[in-house]
This record gives sequence, structure tokens and C-alpha cells, in this order.
Amino acid sequence: MGAQLRVYKRRIRSVTATKKITKAMEMIAASRVVKAQRKVAASTPYATELTRAVTAVGTGSNTKHPLTTEAETATRSAVLLLTSDRGLAGAFNANAIKAAELLTARLEAEGKEVDTYIVGRRGLAHYNFRERKVVESWSGFTDEPTYADAKKVAGPLIEAIETDTAEGGVDELHIVYTEFVSMMTQTAIDSRLLPLRLEEVAEEAPQGEILPLYDFEPSAEDVLDALLPRYVESRIYNALLQSAASKHAATRRAMKSATDNAGELITTLSRLANAARQAEITQEISEIVGGSAALADATAGSDR
Amino acid sequence: MAAELHVALVAADREVWSGEATLVVARTTSGDIGVMPGHQPLLGVLESGPVTIRTSEGATVVAAVHGGFISFADNKLSLLAEIAELSDEIDVQRVERELERAKAEGDATAERRADVRLRAAAAS
Repeated sequence: MGAQLRVYKRRIRSVTATKKITKAMEMIAASRVVKAQRKVAASTPYATELTRAVTAVGTGSNTKHPLTTEAETATRSAVLLLTSDRGLAGAFNANAIKAAELLTARLEAEGKEVDTYIVGRRGLAHYNFRERKVVESWSGFTDEPTYADAKKVAGPLIEAIETDTAEGGVDELHIVYTEFVSMMTQTAIDSRLLPLRLEEVAEEAPQGEILPLYDFEPSAEDVLDALLPRYVESRIYNALLQSAASKHAATRRAMKSATDNAGELITTLSRLANAARQAEITQEISEIVGGSAALADATAGSDR
Repeated sequence: MAAELHVALVAADREVWSGEATLVVARTTSGDIGVMPGHQPLLGVLESGPVTIRTSEGATVVAAVHGGFISFADNKLSLLAEIAELSDEIDVQRVERELERAKAEGDATAERRADVRLRAAAAS
């Protein structure tokens, strides 16, 4: 076998192995997307009921609460960025980080200090490499977040918002995550979690429904006190789940195009290998023909 | 047919139980409360405790609920809990072990949770 042909054969073998790996990763990601979507669906009843309840208290009473009152001049904001622990997901993390940076720039232009909180090793690595300050970060659960993880993340954030701004607390809480629109589309979006805009919450609730006058047990303040942190937790939980589903969908897509590319490369390489083999054979034939012609010429000469 | 109310018991990550019932008893921060069809619209904070649901077929469903809310309007009752388990899902032996451990460590919350689980399991 000629040297050229051997090189092609070796490359085909290595690309075939790569293709097998990316194909497997694609299938794993595809099954995880379905699982993650199911989890999003399973968490919906709780979120819907909670939204209804928050709307009911928010609109049915005139209670003032630190989580709903807007500071007259907000001076410090917290930004929670949701990324993944692992890469190989195309532009998934890059998009989320870019959205967070745009938001940070916008808030700073409004004259606010920005405290950054990060979920996921990828986002943390990005910020650490640029030596930017990160107040707190969490990682290790982004593939399959549980409600306990959401609670862990929400805890310090709720605490920060309840603290006075002068003592290091924050006035606003923004969250940047990747919304799962469909298998093909996932968009990085930012939204303000706190202070709550009750009108917005009310819009999310089913339309055309007249909210009854509730009897609060023990009192509207206490109910609000207990309800709002749960609401924030459930929103963060939902964002974590959507982010996980988006990550798996992005991985699936990235791995699919990697598999396709590998297939294409194999086709091109085998064509080149075939051509090399054919060229080798042609050369051998012409060598034989040339050799025998020379021999025939030589014997013809000696006969004379 | 007796009047009924629709009950949905939902935990943060799943729907635990839903169906028709004639009476629901739950523990709020200001004491046990029983809700029957036609109750006034209500929104309350739940304590860690057992929730008893009497279904329209006459059966009784008991669940251990830790933290959450009860809300009732239009004959629809929702019980929102961070953690909720039906009594037949509770593994008594495991909870007993947890209770002992909580007692040994002096963890009052864990002890209370284990206690509530055990009582819910015993009530059914």
C-alpha cells in the first residue's frame, strides 16, 4: 500500500471513531431534552397556582412589602446568570453570557452598581478569566436541577434584597437565562424578578377571571411574607429547568452538525483514497507495460 | 350526591394528588382548618403537618406536607407544598431512622418533619 493511501485510510478511521462518539452524544442529549421538558411540565401546576395566589394577595390587599416596593432610586442591582457546567453546546453559553453583559452595561449606564451571581462552571470560568467580581456562584446541578437547588440559589438573593442598600443589599434582581422556545429555538433572555411588578404577574394569570376576595390566614402581611420567597424560588426553579432543557437541545444540535460534518469528511476522504488507489494501480500497470516493452525491445535487438 | 370540592395537592416538582373531596383538613400557622364545599375564599400559610382529604367515595387520603399554602376559591382547593408525600409513599423504617438521627443531632426541623411523616403514615 502506498504512503498516500495509508494516510487517507488512517484519517478515515479516526473520523469514523469521532462520528460514533458525536452520534452517541447527540442521542443522549435528545433523550435528556425530553426528560427536561417533562420536568418543566411537571413544575407548571405549582407555578400556576403560586402565580394565582400572589396575584390574589397583591391585588386584594394594600400591603407594603420589601419584595414588591420599588426603591425610588435604585443604586445596586443583582444579576443572576444561568449557564451550564459543560460545553459542547454550540453558542449556548456564549449567548447567555453576552445577554448578561449587555444587561450589566445597561444597568451601569443607568448609574447602578451590579452584583453578579452565577450558576454553572462555564459562566464562572468566563468571569474568573476576566478577573471580574462574582458575589456567589453555584455549580454541579445544571444538567438536572432539583427544587432544593433552586432554594439554595434563591436564599442569598432574597437575603440580599431584604438587606438595606446602604448595608450591602440590592434594590433589584435580574435573571438571565435561556428560554426553551422549541427544539430548534432557544433564546437568551433577561427579566426582572424583583421588585415584583404585580401588574405583570396578573397578566400571566388566566385572563377574564375575576379574583375572589380572599380570607387571609393568619393575615395578608404574613401570607405575603411567606408567599413571595416561594414565588421567587419557583421562578428560579423554572428558569433552571428551562436553561437545562435549552442546554440539552443546543448540545443535540451541535452534535448533530458534528456528526453530519464527520460523515461528509468520510465521503470526501474515501473518494480521495479511491483516487489514490486507482493512481497507484495505473502507475503499476504502466510500469509493467513499460518494463515488458523495454525487455521486448532488448530481446528483439539481440535476435538480429 | 353530597356537594364536592376539587382538590389539587401539588409539590414543587410534581402533582401529588388531585380529585374530588368532601372535606379537607390542613394545619395552618394559626391552627387546624377544615374546608368543606362552599367555604369562603381562603388563602393561608401551612405548617409542617398532616393533611387529611376525605374523598367523595368515602376513602381517606393522608399526606405529609412541609411548608406551603392552602388556597380555596370557587370550590377549587389547592394545596401548594414544597415537599408533599402521600402516606402510602412513606417508608416508615427509613423515617424512623431519620427521626433517631435528627434526635441525636438535635435538629428540630428534621425531627418535626420525620414526626409528621410518621403520624401521616400511622393515620392511614
